Order: sequence, then C-alpha cells, then structure tokens
Amino acid sequence: MANFFSDNKDIQLQFDHPLMRRIVELRERGFAEKELYDYAPQDYDDALDSYRRVMELAGEVCGETVAANAESVDHEGPRVVNDRVEYAAGTKANLAAIHAAGLDGMTLPRRFDGLNFPLLTFIMANEMIARGDAGFQNIWGLQDCAETLNEFGSEEQKQKFLPWVSAGATCAMALTEPDAGSDLGAVMLKATWSEERGTWLLNGVKRFITNGDGEVSLVLARTEEGTTDARGLSMFVYDKRDGGVKVRRIENKLGIKGSPTCELVYTDAPASLVGDRRMGLIKYVMSLMNAARLGIGAQSVGTCEAAYREALKYAHERRQFGKAIIEFPAVSELLSVMKAKVTGARALLYETARFVEIYKMLTHISHERSLTPEERQEMKHYTRLADGFTPLVKLFSSEYANQLGYDAIQVLGGSGFMKDYPCERIYRDARIMSIYEGTSQLQVVAAINGVTKGTFLEQIEAYAAESYAEAMQPVVARLKAWTEQLREMVARVEAADKECAGFKDLHARRLVETVGYIIIGYLLAREATAHPEEYAVSARIWCRHAEGKVAEAYGLTMSSPVEDVALFRTIENEQAC
Amino acid sequence: MEQKLRIVVLAKQVPDTRQVGKDAMTAEGTVNRAALPAIFNPEDLNALELALSLKDRVAGSTVHLLTMGPQRAADIIREAMFRGADGGYLLSGREFAGSDTLATSYALSCALRKLDADLIVAGRQAIDGDTAQVGPQVAEKLGLPQVTYAEEVVEVKGDKLVIRRRIAEGVETVECPMPAVVTVNGSAPECRPRNAKRLMFFKSARCRSEIAADPESFAARRVAAKPELEIVEWTASEVDPDPTQLGLQGSPTKVKRIENVVFQAKEAKRLTSSDEEIDALVKELIAGHTIG
Repeated sequence: MANFFSDNKDIQLQFDHPLMRRIVELRERGFAEKELYDYAPQDYDDALDSYRRVMELAGEVCGETVAANAESVDHEGPRVVNDRVEYAAGTKANLAAIHAAGLDGMTLPRRFDGLNFPLLTFIMANEMIARGDAGFQNIWGLQDCAETLNEFGSEEQKQKFLPWVSAGATCAMALTEPDAGSDLGAVMLKATWSEERGTWLLNGVKRFITNGDGEVSLVLARTEEGTTDARGLSMFVYDKRDGGVKVRRIENKLGIKGSPTCELVYTDAPASLVGDRRMGLIKYVMSLMNAARLGIGAQSVGTCEAAYREALKYAHERRQFGKAIIEFPAVSELLSVMKAKVTGARALLYETARFVEIYKMLTHISHERSLTPEERQEMKHYTRLADGFTPLVKLFSSEYANQLGYDAIQVLGGSGFMKDYPCERIYRDARIMSIYEGTSQLQVVAAINGVTKGTFLEQIEAYAAESYAEAMQPVVARLKAWTEQLREMVARVEAADKECAGFKDLHARRLVETVGYIIIGYLLAREATAHPEEYAVSARIWCRHAEGKVAEAYGLTMSSPVEDVALFRTIENEQAC
Repeated sequence: MEQKLRIVVLAKQVPDTRQVGKDAMTAEGTVNRAALPAIFNPEDLNALELALSLKDRVAGSTVHLLTMGPQRAADIIREAMFRGADGGYLLSGREFAGSDTLATSYALSCALRKLDADLIVAGRQAIDGDTAQVGPQVAEKLGLPQVTYAEEVVEVKGDKLVIRRRIAEGVETVECPMPAVVTVNGSAPECRPRNAKRLMFFKSARCRSEIAADPESFAARRVAAKPELEIVEWTASEVDPDPTQLGLQGSPTKVKRIENVVFQAKEAKRLTSSDEEIDALVKELIAGHTIG
C-alpha cells in the first residue's frame, strides 16, 4: 500500500508555490485545448487537481511496483542477447506498469498524445521513481530526450517520434565515446551523407551509453570531415527499428545495476539530422545536458529520501542500552541533518524546475508568436536563473545522495552493511550521481561565473527582500551575514586571481557551495514561513549545519595566500609508480 | 469475426479487512465500517481485469460495473472507469439495506435483467463476507450457466468462451456458451493500474444523488456537458423487484455469533502429496493422539 506521493508532504506542498499559476498559464495557453481533449483541464484548479491525482497515481506505481522490484533488478540486471539489451524481469514489469498507468510522454503536447504536464511533475515522477529504484529512473527519465526533439526537431521528426515516446518508447542519448567523456568536443563517431540511400549514415563506437538500446536515440556525431573540435559536431535522431547498431557489451557497474550502460557499435546506421549542422554540441547537447542534470537532481533527491527513510525507520525500531537508538543525540543529530539536507536539496530542485519551466515555455511560445517586451524580459530573467541554478542542484543533490547513503548505513550499523537492507544498494547507486552528466567538479566550473559575475548575488538579494515569518528572522539574519562574507570572498578571489591565475579555480568550489548554503537557507525559510509545522525545524537545522560549512569555506578562502596555487600543484611531480 | 461483447462486472465496496485494528469490530459484533477504509473488493479487481482484457481482444466490446451500496460506493465505479471501464450502475437505496447474499443476488439479478449482458463477471468472493455465494446465485436466478474460480479466458469462440479455472489440484479448461456468469479467482492476473488520461476525465463522473447533493460543483457541471460522465443510479423501484425479496426482509441469514479464531501453532510445516510424507504425517498425528 506504499504511495510515494501520499506519504510525502514536502512533495505535495510543491504545488502550493505562487509561480504555479504562471506555469499553468504558460502550459495551457488560456486553456485553449479544453474542448479538444477530454482530459485537458478546464481551468487552473482543474489543472492542479489533475496534477495531484496523476502524481498520486505515479506515487502508487513507484511505491507498489518500482520499489518492490528494486532488489531483484539489482541482483539480476540486464543482459546482452543477440546484440540487444534484455532488461531484467523487474525492469520490464516497471515499464509495463508505467505504460499502463499512462505516465509516458508526461510533458509532451497533447497533439503527440502527451499529458502536457509541467516539467515540475516530470521531475517529481522521476524523484519518486528514484526513491523506489534509482537505476530504473535512468531508463525512464531519459524520456526527457523527447523534449529536446520537441524543441529542436522538425515537424516530421516530432510526428514520427513523439507519439512513440508517449506510447512508452524508451530513449537514450548517445554522446560519450572511449576518448570523449567530460570533453565531448573530442567525439569521433562519423556521420556521412549517403546520396544513394538518401540518409545520413553513422559509423563508429559509443561507450557508457545509458539505456543504449532504447527505441529512440539522440546521437552526437561528426559531420564535418577534418574537424577535431565541437564545431564539427551535429545531432542526430536514430530509430532502433532501422538497425545498424549493435550492443557490444553492458558494463559491470558498482551501482544502478538495472540500468544498462552500453557500448554500441554503429555500422552504416541510418539517422536523421536534428536542427542545424555543427550545432550538435554547442546548442542541442547543452540543452539536453541541462535537462539531464536536472534529472540527476531528481534522481539524487529521490535517493536521499530513500536513504533518510531507511535510517529513520531503523533508528526508531532498533533498541540498544534499553532505548531506541534515535534517542541518542549522536543519532538524532545525524538524522536531523539528513532530513534538512533532503528537504533543502528538494527545495532547490523544484525552484530550479520552476525557472526552467517558465523559460522553456516562453521559448515554445516564441515559436508560435512574437513575445511581448515583458515576456522577453521574463524569458531572459528565468533563463539566467535556470542556467545558474541547474549546476547548483546537480552539485548539492548528488553530493547529498552520497552523504545520505553513507549516513544511512552508519545508522543501521552492521546491519546496513549487509545485503539484507536496501541501504547498501542505495549507497552503491548514489556513487555515480556526482559523476555522470558532469562531475561535481564540472558543476562548479559551470556555476562559478554566476558567483563572480553577480547572477547569484542578485537572486540572493531578491530572496532577502521577501518577507519571512518572525520565527525565521534569526535564520534570515545568519543568511544575510553569510552573504556579506560571500561578497568578501568574491572580492578576495577576484583580486588574488589577477595576481596569480588559478586562484579562483582553486577556491571555486568553496564559493559555489557558500552560494548554495545561502540559497537553500532562503528557500527553507520561505517554506517555513508558509508552512511552519512542516519546515521550521529543518530550516533551523539547516542554518546550524550551514554555519559550520560557511565558516570553513570563508576561513579557508580568506586565509589562503596566492602561493597556495603553486602549493597544490606540486602533486603534479608525484608519480603513481 | 467475433461479436462485440457487452460485459457487466459485479463488484462490491468493502471495508479493508487487511487493515484490521483494535476497533475493527463494534461492541455488537458487527463490522465497524467507519474504522476501516472502503476499498474495491480485491477479487472483483481480478474480475475487472478479466473483463477489460476481453474488451481489448474483442473490438467494440464494452465493460460496465454494477454495484449495490450506499452513495459512496460510486467510488468503486469511478475507480473502474479510471482503469478502463466504460461506465457503471449503482443500485442504491434504503430498501436494499441489510441484504444477505440471497437478497443481494436477487437485487443484482433484477438490475441485470435490464442490462442484457453477454457476460457477467464477478470476483469469487468479498473479503468482508467470504461466502462466494453471490455470483453463483445470480447465475441461478437468471438461469445462466456459470464458470467459477476462473483465471483466464483462453479463447473467444463465437458465442462461446473457453475458460481456464483453478481447481483444488490444478487447473481445468472448460467451454461455456454465452450469456454466462463467470466468477474470478484471486490467482487470475492482477488488475491494470488506473490510467492518467482516464483519471483526469472520469474524476468528474458522478451519479444522480451526488449531483443533487452539490449541483454547482465542478463535477456536476462537467457531467452536464459530458453525458458519458454520468454514473447510472437506480433505486429499488427502477429495477422492478418483488419488494419482499429485498433488504433485511428478503434476507433469511441471521448471524448468531462471531468468534475469533486464533491460530495456536507456532510453526508451519509444508508437505508434498507423496505417499511417504502423508504416511509420516498420519503416524505423527497418531503418536501425538491428535487422531486415532
């Protein structure tokens, strides 16, 4: 009877946010489809009611089916049979249940059989799926590839692929190659135009491709012969039914074992060009990657939730020295911080999802008609916020998934180390989250300009200008004090970097994290103002936890002499053998 | 070419006896319905799935739910619509109150006479009564053949069904002419989940008394605009019954006493049906003076 929506007040309250009204307005364009589709909403309340009901349905599928299959899927895993991926039995059952529940194509327009739901609900579904089984979220969450097709594909491509996704086709994004991981500009898979067959043909190898045998793949390939950088790359959509791609192997991984990570061999595989040539990496993959990072944010938050709940349950049940272990301060502090982290990461995740939703919808509308000056301004504003916040979500939530996976096992003690409890799987599954779709280190690179150029500070000021409950004033006072420290850190780093290049990079993570502590603090204070019974404690605990983290970041950055740049590079002279 | 089937699923809203707490029974020894959540009887969901899978196979077929109960029983009709049913009928009114299985099957058979179904499907039994009588009684009252403990419709052969049924020592496959009554066992495939698009539309489905209770509601306005959202509600007089066979008056069953059965055995033992094991068991029972 588990339901991952009904049992989670924090998720439910995300629908209470004031921006929801604007989001529904942009999604439904004045409820223009209310007479065309019997499931289209008639008004705002109807839309919200439908979102909640469908999320409750998703919560049931996650709680009853996905979570129940997680252990067997982890154990069984996918196999390669005749150059194709054969999913574990539980994975097939999950896909069948989600399809029967009609949850596919969640954000796609109704004319492509989608539900036309906001990105926020897709993120929510992904979070709940990941709470049940993080590895399965990889497979289903890749449906966001369809969003990239919806944004950049031709009408013909949309007609062909999008209804298929709504009918349950799974997707893959084939980007990585043996020599092109974080550095995608080095992709070598070759695309050549065949006059004879009237199509592009793909040849080469892709590696580490999640769900590589999915029905629909977006493939990054080199169209411009003789080039070696990002400017020679284009994006293609490949239909599995056309053949030409073999699965050579599935990686044997530490975690997310149900998700097939494939090595693919392309031999004259026909594919269709998406958008413009040469824009593959520069434009389309960047869009795809931002969506994927938010997806990993959802996966991470779901993983945090699973870890926290396992730990909380055990801490109540397990008795030592005559009492439940949750009654020991060392355990209650650990659990309190775990809860503050999952709540904080979730607040950041949905805040970002709202920003992304608004600018994406305005982008779609701009293809239908010209935007008003106010709308253009709005789109610019939210684009900037989305670009800044996305790496922040990815960084914080994925690190927290790892930390909470670790902490959950710690609470369970020896039992947590055993295969008898899901903790060890959660711990293994979490490990990849701070690596793929850009490592934590790369998220810092993506976010640091937002720190030094003022995007984040501007938004922090906007948060500071909101009104907060009386009980939150001590928290807000600390957030304001940290903001001043952040300004000092930015000034110091900018000045020192001029003196010695590399100083900013050395301290970038501390700056970005400080921004995160402040922003999450404001988001929790805001939630605690609206729903004190649900959030006040977590907001205060967050403040206590972040106090130490910010002090450390501030202390290290401000006391660091420019010579540190050279000091931390002496390691380059060390050899492993 | 197979004919279109008009399928009616008999279902019951029951207290969730799997969630029994200390206040599950009243002091008078009856079920405390207020303390238990009301759910779709589990085996009726197996029956609904069997009906829906037939609808998937035989194009143009329809599936309707028929239930008897108070106004809130409309919930399970909506639930069935979310899962794929086309509509439903609610038999409701104080005349039906206090019905035992005989009065229930009588009332249902009166309604079924108006529905002209090719196939009537029901769950084997309800979890609150555990009698497994209503389905077979309906068949008798309507003079229809019945197949009990069904697990799967193997084949639709014109106006005949080939059905696999679960029996004590295995399965048996039988052929049955339609119209017929089929009761479905819990070992049959589980019901499909609710479907998001159906949920968004049929959430506004309402029966007459619900609309009357809140005529200005969003749902009431939707039903006015979309007639397929109306759940048909019948009172006793609308199904032309003999009033003496309805409700308490038509129910010869009297519950004398309810006992709590507590299993004493601490451990269970599973035996195969081999001669050796049965022999060993008999010897053990004789030795322990349980038999003999």
